[in-house]
Amino acid sequence: MTITPEQIAITAGLAKLKIDGDDAIEVAKRIGAILELVDQMQAVDTSNVEPMANSLDAVQRLRADNAIRPENPIETRDALQQIAPAIEEGLFLVPKVID
Amino acid sequence: MKPLHELTLAEIQSLLQQKQLSSREITQHYLDRIAQQNSTYNCYISIDDQGALSAADAADAAIAGGANGALLGVPFAHKDIFCTQGIKTTCGSKMLDNFIPPYDATVVAKMKADGAVMLGKTNMDEFAMGSSNETSYFGAVKNPWDLDTVPGGSSGGSAAAVAARLAPAATGTDTGGSIRQPAALCGITGLKPTYGRVSRYGMIAFASSLDQAGPMTRTAEDAALLLNSMSGHDAKDSTSTDIAVPDYTATLNQPIKGLKIGLPKEYFDDRLDTAMASKVQAALAELEKLGAVLVDIELPNSALSVPAYYVIAPAEASSNLSRFDGVRYGYRCENPKDLEDLYTRTRTEGFGDEVKRRILVGAYALSAGYYDAYYRKAQQVRRLIKQDFVSAFEKVDIIAGPTSPSPAFKFGEKGDDPVAMYLEDIYTIAVNLAGLPAMSLPAGMMNNMPVGLQLVGNYFAEQQLLNAAHQFQTVTDWHQQSPVTD
Repeated sequence: MTITPEQIAITAGLAKLKIDGDDAIEVAKRIGAILELVDQMQAVDTSNVEPMANSLDAVQRLRADNAIRPENPIETRDALQQIAPAIEEGLFLVPKVID
Repeated sequence: MKPLHELTLAEIQSLLQQKQLSSREITQHYLDRIAQQNSTYNCYISIDDQGALSAADAADAAIAGGANGALLGVPFAHKDIFCTQGIKTTCGSKMLDNFIPPYDATVVAKMKADGAVMLGKTNMDEFAMGSSNETSYFGAVKNPWDLDTVPGGSSGGSAAAVAARLAPAATGTDTGGSIRQPAALCGITGLKPTYGRVSRYGMIAFASSLDQAGPMTRTAEDAALLLNSMSGHDAKDSTSTDIAVPDYTATLNQPIKGLKIGLPKEYFDDRLDTAMASKVQAALAELEKLGAVLVDIELPNSALSVPAYYVIAPAEASSNLSRFDGVRYGYRCENPKDLEDLYTRTRTEGFGDEVKRRILVGAYALSAGYYDAYYRKAQQVRRLIKQDFVSAFEKVDIIAGPTSPSPAFKFGEKGDDPVAMYLEDIYTIAVNLAGLPAMSLPAGMMNNMPVGLQLVGNYFAEQQLLNAAHQFQTVTDWHQQSPVTD
């Protein structure tokens, strides 16, 4: 399986990364080598094999559907937001989305 | 008495309890060594002098008051992947260079509750993606045995810190070999527990179905002490297993006569370097002398573990790392012109090349039209790999082989060829896919560099692994070899 620089640029865009021009050519080469390695899997017949997502075949454990509220919601929020790049009145600030 | 930095955790604990040593004394000793030598090895990203000394004083007061505990007052280091409240946690990335977590990871909280004294946070490959520590935003860690060689990765800072005697023990995480391979390359003992044994809460996620934290120590006995503290069910991790934690130190001294050790023919075929093979064979002969029985086994699908891993791990990583968007915490690009620009430039500037590569591979493998050929196929192969182990464990108690194909390599030796680097984990990755516990033990030297013996156990059989490892260390002294001369 090969991957073209154009496919790299598109996939990067979907992953919110910018890779284009000469960079995309270089990255396509390296990722092509990784996909070649990965393609060794195709040699084995897995037609009757159930896919495995968890090594213990465990399923998601669920708790009772009760909200857990912090004792001091405002203080907790403020503490969590201290590390945010930009906040105002308890809200995260991002560039204007709607004019 | 030997130098303080040559004491094991068990020895430190015993001296603390006998009041022949104070926690402040041993902690200050390590902080002094770190201040003098960290620039040589680059194994710490952050050092917490004040926090360490105040925890040491608290431990000393508790001991004076009659308190007892295996880790009370004992210094150690955390890999910089565990969230530590109030202390910068970078995961080796520019993306988190300014991240000060508002909470502790469960592993951090448990060890704190047991009175262990954290010296600082150790360097690592960016987001744990690497086998040489060369992908860290904070510069590569150097192998204390030879400063021109890599310490392995991703827990290279933890391994180098223990080997260089800049910490008596450290935590690590292992997604495809990130505890065991650096342990092998730096000549220390490392244990990756069964998936679900140790909580992943507050451990920055790389590949959630594979990630597992574990101890990196000088001896198997110390690994047992740390694992006692780290393990246990945690409601905050939905994949944490609710199985009682035994005392891992209780069975260390049991004889291993009759222990059946399986040797997979795929791990000893002509692809294994002959010098490495002879070191591993010599180590196995020691286990045989202790009464273990060596049995030939097969793991027919093991060659597919690296290909399957490089679909599953990047796919999970591409999903996990989507949270780094410059909005709530971490790096944000300068002057974004709109929201799209904010996301894209933050991620393009904040992630290093290897992380971007894995995000791309993962996003591609999960994309429409490729999902069945890649992701579903890899999950099917994953089951075949697990079944190989399940069949093998019907015949044997433990599986043994090399940890890595070669000893530590030189910086830049693998160039920028990702596939060459990925093959470094050829013997460790299958264990993560299957979710099994495994250890690496110092088992000899090749050209003055350490090599590791890997022991793989059955699910939740860490006790048996640690028992075999400890018995091996009672008749060998590879784990006592040190690159440190002072």
